[in-house]
Amino acid sequence: MPARRIIACLDVKGGRVVKGVRFEGHTDAGDPAELALRYRDEGADEIVIYDIAASAEGRTIDYAWLARVARVLDVPLCVAGGIRTLDQAIACLEHGADKVSINSPALERPEFITELANVAGSQCVVLGVDSRSDNGAWSIYQYTGDVNTIRRTSRHTLDWVVEAQERGAGEIVLNCMDKDGTRDGYDIAQLAAARKLLSIPLIASGGAGAARHFPEVFAGADVSGALAASIFHFNKVSIGEAKLATHAGGFEVRT
Amino acid sequence: MSTVVVKLGIGNTASVMFALERLNAPAILTDDPARIADAKRIILPGVGAAAHAMDLIAQKGLRDILCAFKRPLLGVCLGQQLLFDSSEEGDAEGLALLPGRVKRLPASKEAPAPHMGWSKLKIEQDNPLLEGVEDGAYAYFVHSYVCPMDSNTIASAAYGQIFAAIVNRGNAYGCQFHPERSSAVGARILANFLSLPC
Repeated sequence: MPARRIIACLDVKGGRVVKGVRFEGHTDAGDPAELALRYRDEGADEIVIYDIAASAEGRTIDYAWLARVARVLDVPLCVAGGIRTLDQAIACLEHGADKVSINSPALERPEFITELANVAGSQCVVLGVDSRSDNGAWSIYQYTGDVNTIRRTSRHTLDWVVEAQERGAGEIVLNCMDKDGTRDGYDIAQLAAARKLLSIPLIASGGAGAARHFPEVFAGADVSGALAASIFHFNKVSIGEAKLATHAGGFEVRT
Repeated sequence: MSTVVVKLGIGNTASVMFALERLNAPAILTDDPARIADAKRIILPGVGAAAHAMDLIAQKGLRDILCAFKRPLLGVCLGQQLLFDSSEEGDAEGLALLPGRVKRLPASKEAPAPHMGWSKLKIEQDNPLLEGVEDGAYAYFVHSYVCPMDSNTIASAAYGQIFAAIVNRGNAYGCQFHPERSSAVGARILANFLSLPC
């Protein structure tokens, strides 16, 4: 493993960073470029910008503010939100993104993963997955950015992540919705189950609430990175504290 | 004459351009053979897969220009891999500015592939590109293929195996990682490249 990554996610809606609990009830958390730089200064290994309403609203992310963030940032930048065509993905790369994360559009048309990997390389293709436990099985949810559009798909999470890997995804971000915004720790059982099936990097998402949750998920699920949003936005835990705890837990972190 | 970033096709070239802008060293992004031949320095960023990138280089009439270029040339990520004789990726023939074959990085449970993340640079020999860079400094890597270690390796990194992270032979330099996204360490390496005499 390289150093375990601590990834700060900026959920953006209407050009502002927002955060809700369990994907609903969003509140304002600041300006994307300002927050991205603050996190860089605190040691974030990567920044994800996620336009949460784009897919549900049938549009893609706003390239102008993407470029505004990319211009000032000197750590990797991944973008997500409503990217459903090759042209849109390429436009993201051309406006300064290093990686493109796709979610609902890949569920609509799984071939999109392969097409994007063929053109931009697998390393640019991140598959975002929103997963929740239903009757003892993990299921994939779609259009999660808006409470009015969210819906469960017929796909099982573990099948989908393996399919995505086979289709050419370079990394999976598994967002465990039952934990999202709860701040009581990552969904280690689900992440460990996915990790066992994958040979590409897996990133944990959903549930971080304390510094100790980071070494816990690295120990329990052996993920490559852990992503968090609200605890960083609201200064519950700093990125530095998350890295210190991870290091104290016996894992390499970038210093 | 100015610094030229070679525009091959799809890639994070905007990231590279922004990084140069942050160093107050604006560059020109172009695929025009005349402007590339005339450049003060060339940066060759990585684009997609090796065979595809070499096809684009050939189609754009850039192969001979890059091979004959006498001023500093920096290959980034796939750009470094293209400097070698050949690559297993699509069985591509490279620019042959450095000897050896680029090989696939095998995936394992301990080392998922692609290698995506921050790894330490181990300095193998002194080089102007490493001025002010400490042994053990972290750089951001994203790759599935690795360049061979030899006397041209000036820094290495370990991920499943040890491979060439920075190379130099004559005027040709390469970084397997992304200096444009490697924080202050990457900025320093880019600044060092821009300071090389030409």
